[in-house]
Amino acid sequence: MVSGDKISRRKALKAISNAAAAGAIVGAGVVGAIGGFMAGSTTGGAQQTVTETRTREVTKTVTATETVTAGAPTGGNPIKIGFEVHRTGIGAVYGKWYERTTLAAVNLINEMGGIDGRPIELIIEDDGTDPQRGAQVVEKFALEHKVDFILGALFSNVVLAAAPRAGELKIPYFAVSEGYHVPSGKLNRYSFQPGITDVRSQTQAVAGWIVENLGKKITMIFPDYAFGYNHRDWFGKAARDLGGEILELIPIPPTETTFTKYFPKVPADTEVLYHVMVGPAVLTFVKEMGEFFGAKRPEIFGFIDSLEGVAIDSPGLEFLEGTYFWEAFPRYLDGYDTPYHRFFREKVGVDENGADVNDPKSVATYSHMFSCWETLFIIKETVEQSGYTRRSPEDYRAFIETLENFRWFNEGNQHPQGAKLFNGRLHQCFGQQFISRVENGRLKTVYRTKIEDSVYESDVDYTKQPL
Amino acid sequence: MSLEVTLFLGLLDGVVFGLIMALIALGLSIAFGVMRIVNVAHGEFYMLGAVIAWYATTYLGNFILGLIIAPAAVTGLAAAVERTVLRKINYNPESTIVATIGLLYIIQQLVLAIYGPYAYNVEPPFYFRVDFPWFGYSGYKLSIAVVSLLIMGLTALFIFKTRLGLYMRATQQDREIAQAFGVPVGRVYMASFALGAALAAIAGVLVVPFLQAYYLMGLEALLISFMIVIIGGLGSLKGTLVAALIIGVIDGVVSVFFSPTLAKIVGSVLVAAVLLVKPTGLFGAER
Repeated sequence: MVSGDKISRRKALKAISNAAAAGAIVGAGVVGAIGGFMAGSTTGGAQQTVTETRTREVTKTVTATETVTAGAPTGGNPIKIGFEVHRTGIGAVYGKWYERTTLAAVNLINEMGGIDGRPIELIIEDDGTDPQRGAQVVEKFALEHKVDFILGALFSNVVLAAAPRAGELKIPYFAVSEGYHVPSGKLNRYSFQPGITDVRSQTQAVAGWIVENLGKKITMIFPDYAFGYNHRDWFGKAARDLGGEILELIPIPPTETTFTKYFPKVPADTEVLYHVMVGPAVLTFVKEMGEFFGAKRPEIFGFIDSLEGVAIDSPGLEFLEGTYFWEAFPRYLDGYDTPYHRFFREKVGVDENGADVNDPKSVATYSHMFSCWETLFIIKETVEQSGYTRRSPEDYRAFIETLENFRWFNEGNQHPQGAKLFNGRLHQCFGQQFISRVENGRLKTVYRTKIEDSVYESDVDYTKQPL
Repeated sequence: MSLEVTLFLGLLDGVVFGLIMALIALGLSIAFGVMRIVNVAHGEFYMLGAVIAWYATTYLGNFILGLIIAPAAVTGLAAAVERTVLRKINYNPESTIVATIGLLYIIQQLVLAIYGPYAYNVEPPFYFRVDFPWFGYSGYKLSIAVVSLLIMGLTALFIFKTRLGLYMRATQQDREIAQAFGVPVGRVYMASFALGAALAAIAGVLVVPFLQAYYLMGLEALLISFMIVIIGGLGSLKGTLVAALIIGVIDGVVSVFFSPTLAKIVGSVLVAAVLLVKPTGLFGAER
């Protein structure tokens, strides 16, 4: 028999709010940033021989906390690194590749003898791409797992929630987000971003090329939250300084799924359409842009964030032919074919086209994920040079001051994306950027910026903050 | 772009969006109307439709097969859920909400584990670009808006012209009396729940070529469906269509002239206004 209860409007509304809450937990509200590079110290050599370890062997899918001591244990007390990853929620594609890259780096470091003779014990926690959970994960790392260092997160909103908590708990926190958060001075002495460049320097580095080669009248389309505002503010400034003109700003909520309605806002005399979008609807965005403009399109310059994890030859993306993208690290190997780059690709298991070696449909978030790899090697280098041994104020002081004194991270197997200049006052690195053109359904790198193009002056000085 | 052209684009985009959302909302409305339950996992049926369509198109190489396999599989799943979960909790409204939230998570996380976090799309079965003098628009999108309307028409025929449809309407009006007259209420419930899920799955298949199959795509569809059902009225086919067009046109027109965020605010205010002025919705029967 069925129940005699009737459903009321009130119950229906309650259901909606329940569903929204469920979505908020699973989906996480907002999308964030991702990004760049950074540097560590030298290493390298084209032919460096390291016994290959299959990352796959340690890539298990576990939803709760997972501890991995990958590679050959080298004895001694492990160095514990908490890895905050977007396994679920809107950042899950990035999370998948960040985890894979991190595991590959941990494998390699452990095979090389670990950090100062101690193996890395990686403790992985999913933050659901959710700021609140991001901060909770940091607490869990600090209080329950008692980690030495924290790696992650990627999305801006999560970084902005997690990094301050790490600062309060006095644990070094390594952001792998390209957002302009660490160098803005809003975070703290314990927050670093040495493995990836930030939006301000990325946009500054490519603005000159855009104004010179594509046009001066620019319309910008960007996500309507912190990461997008970084682009709006810093690219806008850089372009204007170089004689460009921003005709229109079109912010788009990150949860948007259809985009045609935004395109009428693009002024007819636009010479360059600048786009940077994130999240799962990026493919729709690009397709609808193509349908709307057809052959009458302006020049188009996008940040690869608009298509990370998406195959360039996906159905409907033919329109992108002849348009340009910023890349931090070329998705196609021939865009920057160095022995170090090949080494990195092989270890992470990415083919020459930027996809999983075992599944060509699984495209990597290639312009961002190297940041995990490079950051781990920087932690290794800093521990070894500072003499860090355990979680104590003295050891953390030595660790942080040593890192702040780094100036360069040389290109090599540890820094395959390229050499990086590190600014210890800003806790931020600067590096080269790439501009690629879509040709025959793939990306062809056409320009590489110099490191100096991305450097900016700033009054921020974290070294003056107490430890 | 002139005012008239912008308005035309807003209307066009709004109507297309509305018609597609109407199909999903109709499924929710049927289950809501007949069974008086809130299926919070409704959006997941839509997502499953899209994901299965991607598998069918990618591995069997045929979009049309996806259009058959996906609704069939989702219908089977919904029928099984109705039998093994909803019936066990006696269709209690509160328990159903909790149970379907659980179902939402289970489906979502299984898809994440198996299909992965990617957003994939497929080649549409046909593609052309409608080139208006001022802008272009996807011919496929226009076509599926029409297909959506046709499917709603077929659903109406089913509800008003078949015996099972009659049973559904009788159960919706008064379950006890319908049962007293020999209507197999249990089977009607299962059919209604499965039909609702099938409509969502069909919508999921139709959108894969231009939206992507993605494990979190169900949430937005669920929220918009609820708005449509509340404005249109419980279990009202006509109400669902009208409300979907209203929501779609508001979204399209307010978005192009002002901002998409304002469009969402206006939509939500409309829901609140309808609840205050006519709590049964524009076309809902008084109870």
